[in-house]
Amino acid sequence: MAFIDYYEVLGVSKTATEKDIKAAYRKLARKYHPDLNPNDEQAHKKFQQLNEANEVLSDPDKRKKYDQYGENWQHGEAYEQARQQQAHQQRSYGGGGGQAFDFEGFGSGDDFSDFFQSMFGGGGGSGSRRQTKYRGQDYNAELHLSLKDAAETHKQTLTVNGKNIRITIPAGVENGQTIKISGHGGQGANGGPGGDLYIKFLVADDPRFKRKGADLYATTKLDLYTAILGGEITVETLTGKVKVKVKPETQNSTKVKLKGKGLPVYKKEGEFGDLFITYDIQLPTNLTNKQKQLFEELAKSSA
Amino acid sequence: MSTKHIITTKDFCVFHQLEHSFIADLHDAGLVEIKVVDNTTYIPKNQLRKLERMIRLHLDLDINVAGIEAITHLLQRIEDIQEEMRLLRNSLKTYE
Repeated sequence: MAFIDYYEVLGVSKTATEKDIKAAYRKLARKYHPDLNPNDEQAHKKFQQLNEANEVLSDPDKRKKYDQYGENWQHGEAYEQARQQQAHQQRSYGGGGGQAFDFEGFGSGDDFSDFFQSMFGGGGGSGSRRQTKYRGQDYNAELHLSLKDAAETHKQTLTVNGKNIRITIPAGVENGQTIKISGHGGQGANGGPGGDLYIKFLVADDPRFKRKGADLYATTKLDLYTAILGGEITVETLTGKVKVKVKPETQNSTKVKLKGKGLPVYKKEGEFGDLFITYDIQLPTNLTNKQKQLFEELAKSSA
Repeated sequence: MSTKHIITTKDFCVFHQLEHSFIADLHDAGLVEIKVVDNTTYIPKNQLRKLERMIRLHLDLDINVAGIEAITHLLQRIEDIQEEMRLLRNSLKTYE
């Protein structure tokens, strides 16, 4: 656990007055405030650091204690007490309810560093940070899916702060798409409604397919003889293998469409994208003498 | 409108330690909807998220209504652009 230089975080000197600290905090908060930086994780982290620095330096007691111990904070008498206290204050956010999903933690945006908690105990709260007054806080979570998962509608149970929530993940969700689960964020205050839970889906790339909306793209190797003479090959789709007829004299890089073999179209039941297969024709190598002879004959016949 | 979480503007201002005129100014600027029933003003539930964001900007950062108005438009543009970027990034993967 590293020492945090709160003066450096706020960009003030150790002799800064309360007014200087307040001004520095306000100035930096205007730059990094989460409401001004939507979906910017770096800005949110920076803002947390600012809040923490402000929490300590704007409170005369905390500032005194911080200045007193400085980098030798681990020798402070409060350290051991705080460490014990902290053990009882582990926040328990929900883990994944299902087998196939990796459910990550929620960012409520008000966590303090381990350093802060070791020195001052858990939480903060007395500083300038405002608590929820009516509507509860929004939570954000990420849910990882494979491309195959995204092709089917799933019912999934998630545990959020000890409560089970049953959600439906509609087939066809896109990478980075967010859905809102109303009322499942933090609890409201003064009888206000709960915040919302925002779940962002992260759909992993599949080495076999490229995705564009509901359409999928893949490349399939095709041997020279089938390309020239025509025939039938087996092609892999997301849901299994299918047989595809190859026309005689198929050129390299020819693209064929397998209608309806793409992903389901998001929230349009019964509609599917297409799978586009591009042929990568393989020329034979290590030819036998006989084969070379035959190719020479072919070459002569077409000269 | 759901009545479960209906709140009068007056109570809302008490919880947030705000002047009523602040909400009225936001309303006049077209930034928030309020409902009037029997001469009492109410805040619809669907307005709470953005309204509380504006209050944070005002109380945390000392930004006035004119500033909030400008920020709200810019934030909407940022969110639209972020969504467009997400779609473009996903499309670009087809060519990687």
